[in-house]
Amino acid sequence: MSTAAETEDLWRQLAPQVLGAVVRRYGDFETAEDAVQEALLAATTQWPADGVPDDPKSWLIRVASRRWIDQRRKDSARSRRELTVASLDSASDQVAPPSGAETAADDTLTLLLLCCHPALTQPTQVALTLRAVGGLSTAQIARAFFVPEATMAQRISRAKQRIKDAGAQFEPPPADERVERMRAVLHVLYLIFNEGYTATAGSDLHDVELTREAIRLTRMARAVRPDDGEVAGLFALMLLTDARRPARTTADGRLVPLAEQDRSRWDHASIDEGVGLITETLPRSPLGPYQLQAAIAAVHDEAATADETDWPQIVALYDLLERFGPNPIVTLNRAVAVAMVDGPAAGLEILDGIGADQRMAKHHRLHAVRAHLLDMAGDTDAARASYVRAAQLTTSLPEQHYLEGKATALGP
Amino acid sequence: MKYLMLIYSNPETWGHPIFLRTAEGLAMSDAERVAMTEELDTLLTEIRESGELISVAALADPANATTVRVRNSVRLTTDGPYVEAKEQLAGLFVVDCATPERAEEIAGRFPDARFFAVEMRPIMGSSGEEM
Repeated sequence: MSTAAETEDLWRQLAPQVLGAVVRRYGDFETAEDAVQEALLAATTQWPADGVPDDPKSWLIRVASRRWIDQRRKDSARSRRELTVASLDSASDQVAPPSGAETAADDTLTLLLLCCHPALTQPTQVALTLRAVGGLSTAQIARAFFVPEATMAQRISRAKQRIKDAGAQFEPPPADERVERMRAVLHVLYLIFNEGYTATAGSDLHDVELTREAIRLTRMARAVRPDDGEVAGLFALMLLTDARRPARTTADGRLVPLAEQDRSRWDHASIDEGVGLITETLPRSPLGPYQLQAAIAAVHDEAATADETDWPQIVALYDLLERFGPNPIVTLNRAVAVAMVDGPAAGLEILDGIGADQRMAKHHRLHAVRAHLLDMAGDTDAARASYVRAAQLTTSLPEQHYLEGKATALGP
Repeated sequence: MKYLMLIYSNPETWGHPIFLRTAEGLAMSDAERVAMTEELDTLLTEIRESGELISVAALADPANATTVRVRNSVRLTTDGPYVEAKEQLAGLFVVDCATPERAEEIAGRFPDARFFAVEMRPIMGSSGEEM
């Protein structure tokens, strides 16, 4: 007998394939997506009670098709238009043509690319991806992002409307757009991961773990794009970052900085998988930012103690990462690494350059890093002032708590 | 990122939309008043449909405000708002935006921003990054 969690994993795994089949049959993404959601909902109530059907994918396609036709009938009755319901009816009981593994893979990729369509804002790309590809309900997504369900429903329906208005079809994008579109997909997966990764104590209250969800979706993306170095890089980055989760917060939700984490609590199976993946990917693929971030995470994760961290290698990797475009957060991290190699003065010099940017000057991380480096340099008063400033600027409760604690520890 | 948007105003008589009841609002032509009201409607429809609007509340006349204080375990209530000022809090919106720039854009599109001010306050969250 399968557990409820296994059953849920099964239908969620099938969600993009079912949606692909239904869209191909009826040609309309917007209504097909609603029908598939209803079929998933039917599975949540019927499978645990009646058992999983012999062919769960066909079952879902059949139920979704019926729902689609029912909805279409209602719509047509409303608009008083004649509709050839009979022809649609016969489709409802047809079992879907057996689609090979290749079609399933293509459908998942096409769906990911469609949900991350450039006509959508990032928050809506995220919401639609979680629903259409991840098979999550609107209520689950709303809870994960702490917004009312009605707000999330609005985001999803607006997203589908925009895709329709943009004339996008359920088909692979033109070849010349593919690289850019795939980049958007990876960014959305990264955002989902970060949203879950940064959540602390309260996250245990959710029924959806966004980090796990991002890893699951990226594993799917990797299965359909096995030769893409950046997909592999992102997947490795997630594994290597998530591996530290057990040591990242205390039981009461306080943040533990990397240098002070109990490394015996890291998930070493995930680290081995991530290190193996990035080691095998780097020499084989054109270099990219996700691969470099994964390589940096791997250097941290491979150090038995914080003191054994190979900082010169991390500096070299950040240097390479900066070549992919200026990013003040990357520069902040590089400043820390440089300080570890050449001393705090060298790191502080880099920070002076970033502080010239007005937006960064009000970013709590700049002040937190400056505080850390000033503390290293032995300038306690200035370090404390920077920790206080960082605590003032953050909008995160656990970060504020941590930064205030650092300030207090440096004296009155 | 989520923001609380506080709408401040100083109307001649209390009511909503409040910007129409300010001295500046009353001085406008009917056409200008209609146009400004439509701008607000357009904004509200846009942020509701985009899923950015989380909640909204129009406040009653501050004449109805009660301020509660507890001193030495005794509850003292006084009539009127906590802060005595000409400009009063008239309404509030909670929005969830992709960027701070987008939040500023929304704040600037409330007609009230032209007469008095809209104050944006980030809402703190329970997530935190590794340091």
